[in-house]
Amino acid sequence: MVLNLFKKKKKSREKSSGVFKKLIQGLSKTKNFLFTDIDNFFSKKRAIDENLLEEIEEILIMSDIGIEITDFIMKKISKKSKKLASADELKELLKQELLSLFPEKSDKSNELIPSKPHVIMVVGVNGTGKTTTLGKLAIRYTLQGKKVMIAAADTFRAAAIEQLEIWAKRANASIIKHKEGSDPAAVAFDSVGAAIARDIDVLLIDTAGRLHTQKNLMNELKKIKLCCEKKLKQPPQEILMTIDATTGQNGLSQAKLFHEYIGITDIALTKLDGTSKGGIVACIAKNMNIPIKYIGVGESIEDLQDFDAKLFVNALFE
Amino acid sequence: MFENLTEKLNSAFKKLKGHGVLSEKNIEKGLKQVRMALLEADVNYKVVKKVISDIKDRSIGQEVMDSLSPAQQVIKIVKEEFTSMMGSAHMDFNVHGKLQSSIMLIGLQGSGKTTTAGKIAFYLRKKGKKPYLVPVDVYRPAAIDQLKKVGANLDIPVFSSTIDMKPLYICQKAEKLAIEQGYDTLIIDTAGRLHINEELMGELLQLKQGINPSEILFVADAMTGQDAVNIAKSFDKTIDFTGVILTKMDGDARGGAALSIKAVTGKPLKFIGVGEKATAFEPFHPDRMASRILGMGDTLSFIEKAQDALDQKQAKELEKKLRKNQFTLEDFKNQIASVKKMGSIKDLLSMLPGINKKQLNKLNFDDKEFVRIEAIINSMTGQERRFHKIINASRKKRIAKGSGVSVQNVNKLLKSYTHTLKMVKKINKGGMRSLKSMLPF
Ligand SMILES: Nc1nc2c(ncn2[C@@H]2O[C@H](COP(=O)(O)OP(=O)(O)OP(=O)(O)O)[C@@H](O)[C@H]2O)c(=O)[nH]1
Ligand SMILES: [Mg+2]
Repeated sequence: MVLNLFKKKKKSREKSSGVFKKLIQGLSKTKNFLFTDIDNFFSKKRAIDENLLEEIEEILIMSDIGIEITDFIMKKISKKSKKLASADELKELLKQELLSLFPEKSDKSNELIPSKPHVIMVVGVNGTGKTTTLGKLAIRYTLQGKKVMIAAADTFRAAAIEQLEIWAKRANASIIKHKEGSDPAAVAFDSVGAAIARDIDVLLIDTAGRLHTQKNLMNELKKIKLCCEKKLKQPPQEILMTIDATTGQNGLSQAKLFHEYIGITDIALTKLDGTSKGGIVACIAKNMNIPIKYIGVGESIEDLQDFDAKLFVNALFE
Repeated sequence: MFENLTEKLNSAFKKLKGHGVLSEKNIEKGLKQVRMALLEADVNYKVVKKVISDIKDRSIGQEVMDSLSPAQQVIKIVKEEFTSMMGSAHMDFNVHGKLQSSIMLIGLQGSGKTTTAGKIAFYLRKKGKKPYLVPVDVYRPAAIDQLKKVGANLDIPVFSSTIDMKPLYICQKAEKLAIEQGYDTLIIDTAGRLHINEELMGELLQLKQGINPSEILFVADAMTGQDAVNIAKSFDKTIDFTGVILTKMDGDARGGAALSIKAVTGKPLKFIGVGEKATAFEPFHPDRMASRILGMGDTLSFIEKAQDALDQKQAKELEKKLRKNQFTLEDFKNQIASVKKMGSIKDLLSMLPGINKKQLNKLNFDDKEFVRIEAIINSMTGQERRFHKIINASRKKRIAKGSGVSVQNVNKLLKSYTHTLKMVKKINKGGMRSLKSMLPF
């Protein structure tokens, strides 16, 4: 299979860290599905020819990275490829190019800035995994010994509050909610007040899913953010946007518009346990310089991991 | 983000104008553009490959027609190819004329099944059916509650599932109850699942065998990327679904997944979701989808929506005016009342070919501004409405005063209007001939 090359590394990875186990499991499911037709893809023996380049192009496009970046990368590697001896070397080159799409990781990215409460607003298009990601985050912080509060600022979708309550219970976090249909900005405002009063470390605000093209709903989001800011005396420290890994080129439009309205600080790439590669986040990272922070690899509490560009890039070829 | 394909093709075919036959060589550049457009629209790589080669085969050797530019001719071929790939006419749900039937919704997590369940129920009730909503998502937190609330809001009965029940048990129980209560159509909302989750796919199969639904609809998000092919193929392989519903079509996704799904499963696309409300549900039209994927706008939908709200005569009038660039402020105002009924004006304009998103975003009006716009135009004289160019500073002041707004507001309106005009002109200049062949008039 393709991926003989990765095999060795994979094994050691599997052994060495349990953290990635789930990811690897998810990805190994992927493998047989996608690229069964390109056996021995990057083998050492293989010469660099038109066919190989075309197949690389196919992999890139199939990953949803987009035609623009694909062309950009193809141009780069086909120029340099003339000096390379085998497909094997080409692969390394390709990986480097792909890695450079992502912004440099700042060391602090996973530490809390020590201002209290640390407010994280979770936003995104309908059904992309906001509530689930928020629930997983809540648990992660509780496990770190933090005092966590959740705000039910999705007052629109049917049973959104009930859904969040279940997650709050799982995470052992307190929850601030109003009635269904009430003003989400008021919920956010109250929650920040309560978080301050109760000496909360991390406040997670769930918002209703919305299409980025709906102006009034996007303005509503802006208002939610402003209300937090008013009470917090600074903007929420994190605005986390969820992008579904199955999303195609529209993901860029989503990120652009959400960013335009409220300024995204990080992205969580969800549902990476399916067969989709989630390449659109590379496109977003490159175009907008927004870091990808988490990946979602399942529906239960432990299925949230830190994004690792290297693993991600490797996975494109697995 | 996307430039208009027609424009791109026009430039690719510049040299070809007016002479000769289409040959492999002279359409190469154009086909490259088509390929780009399709990939940008998320049509699957392999499907694109096949489509392009089919189009090539069909194009080569054709004489360039007098009435069409080479670009338009290729677009025509592309569109025909697409439309035929996506199926012919719209297909309704296969539940009519049956005493007792059921519709099962399946798909990935977050694709929109529950919302769609409500929409189908609402739609069928309008058609005289007695739908019964059946929640069988016993996994996702509060999923059952969600459907119960959807049902309550629409006043449609919902089976009272609980999370400790087995999905098949729920369905069988609901079926019995439905017969007792006289509900004729079960709408079964299953849990979202990954196509590679064997256990949960097995559960779906069990449901299918246990209740033998008359429709199994695969609900897919219009924003789905390249993987749509794998996902649809696996669901179809295990479950052999009967149709597809494409959701979140009110966004700006081009929806290439529609083509991919159809290409790999051959199953008909039946309806599309265009919003969160129960009424935001429309029949699927292959020709419109073809235009959308190609980034050519949706002329037909535009005209049809306009027809819904205006009467036939008015619509023809509007269309004529648009074509002749005679769209005055007076017309602008007259449309507003009807447009209000039709939804956002941006939605409407976005359906027209030749309009890209950038232009549309410049056109900065909120639907709430309609009232203000009406007031402003009401304060204009007839001449001003017909010849907006005569509106100078002092006239603006008068109009502003008359309508109780600021001069800035008047300016804004005029700007919006001139933008609209420009776009209309562009459409008329660009694709009129090809447009003509698409219009029902
Ligand atoms: N397989 C998988 N499913 C996920 C993941 N994250 C979320 N989901 C599922 O996706 C569906 C939607 O997730 P939610 O968290 O409700 O999404 P949301 O964005 O809050 O949805 P709305 O509030 O309705 O817009 C649920 O069925 C989740 O269980 C993931 O990483 N992998
Ligand atoms: Mg939610």
